[in-house]
Amino acid sequence: MAGSQRVYKQRIKSTQSLKKMFRAQELIAASRIGRARARSSEAGPYAEAITTAVSAVATHSTTQHPLTSERTDTNRVAVLVVASDRGMAGAYSASIIRETERLVERLTHEGKEVALYAAGRRAVTYYTFRHRELAGSWTGGSDSPSADTAGEIADTLLGAFLAPADEGGVGELHIVSTQFVNMVTQRPRVVRMLPLEVVEGVAPVGQNDVLPLYDFEPSPEAVLDALLPRYVRSRIYSCLLQAAASELAARQRAMHTATDNAEDLIRMYTRLANQARQADITQEISEIVSGADALAAS
Amino acid sequence: MAQLNVDLVAADRKIWSGDARAVSAPAADGEIGILVNHSPVLSVLGEGTVRITGTNGEKVAVRVTGGFLSVDSNQVMLVVDDAEVLDGAGVSGH
Repeated sequence: MAGSQRVYKQRIKSTQSLKKMFRAQELIAASRIGRARARSSEAGPYAEAITTAVSAVATHSTTQHPLTSERTDTNRVAVLVVASDRGMAGAYSASIIRETERLVERLTHEGKEVALYAAGRRAVTYYTFRHRELAGSWTGGSDSPSADTAGEIADTLLGAFLAPADEGGVGELHIVSTQFVNMVTQRPRVVRMLPLEVVEGVAPVGQNDVLPLYDFEPSPEAVLDALLPRYVRSRIYSCLLQAAASELAARQRAMHTATDNAEDLIRMYTRLANQARQADITQEISEIVSGADALAAS
Repeated sequence: MAQLNVDLVAADRKIWSGDARAVSAPAADGEIGILVNHSPVLSVLGEGTVRITGTNGEKVAVRVTGGFLSVDSNQVMLVVDDAEVLDGAGVSGH
């Protein structure tokens, strides 16, 4: 039929325009991912310096700090979900949300009350659509987070951790985000951020090692007070940066697959359209021939 | 001659790193000056200007709003929140 030919042509056209869109998204993601990774490694020296200093204080002083001690007065825990602002990234946001649901279930099972904090529009809409209460949310800039956003998130969460139990204080903070392993592997992971456990870089002290005796200015407590929030901030910042790189990598991969699929579809529709055209021609010929036969016979 | 190995880092980037003769920074209770073989110290920084004098006489001044400083066997680590380079802007390390 002439009709089916037209339908196939339309499908080919719309698939072609979709393919262009996918291709553009893929290229955009590919061009941004380098920058996202560079930012992630630029934040490295800061995180390293902070970790070294925190371990130094932890090794050389016995000061206790509220951020490092377990809270027993509340069973509320905070969970921060780091997802993306936009879709078109395959299962990126979905797997983060699935991981979060699993964690929430586990924590509820342990008799804890979960306060959810969400970063990234996809996570926020997921929870608001299901009428689940969010204790805090941040949207915008999930693919290029700034140190300011990280600071804001960290300040809110630290505020919640240090707040008294009857004012909504939380006893723990878990972060669900994506770890950027390499371009093809990104893994959702859960880390318990608070109370802090500083383990990295603390070298075991040998018998004959002489530890440098640090002078703390103005006092060990004040130094810890200044250090630990910065440590948390830098950890959250690095989580956000890794999540951003992962999001872009996931988007690039998803869009690449989508482009390939669009090409397959176009190829299939072209074949079907050719077939339909051939069928039309054959039919027309047989009509003409039979018409001529009928004329000759009469 | 011994020298200080200085790293000045902000949250999102490395600002300066290299060898220096002297570093002065706005510590919690007043300006602190660090020369070679300073005793180990961990200090909170306030608002003010960090000045670094490089081994080649180059001077760097950076305005900071807070952070901390650690000195350990001639390794000086300055970690700052917000940094605005006042002088020696073109140099971001050697």
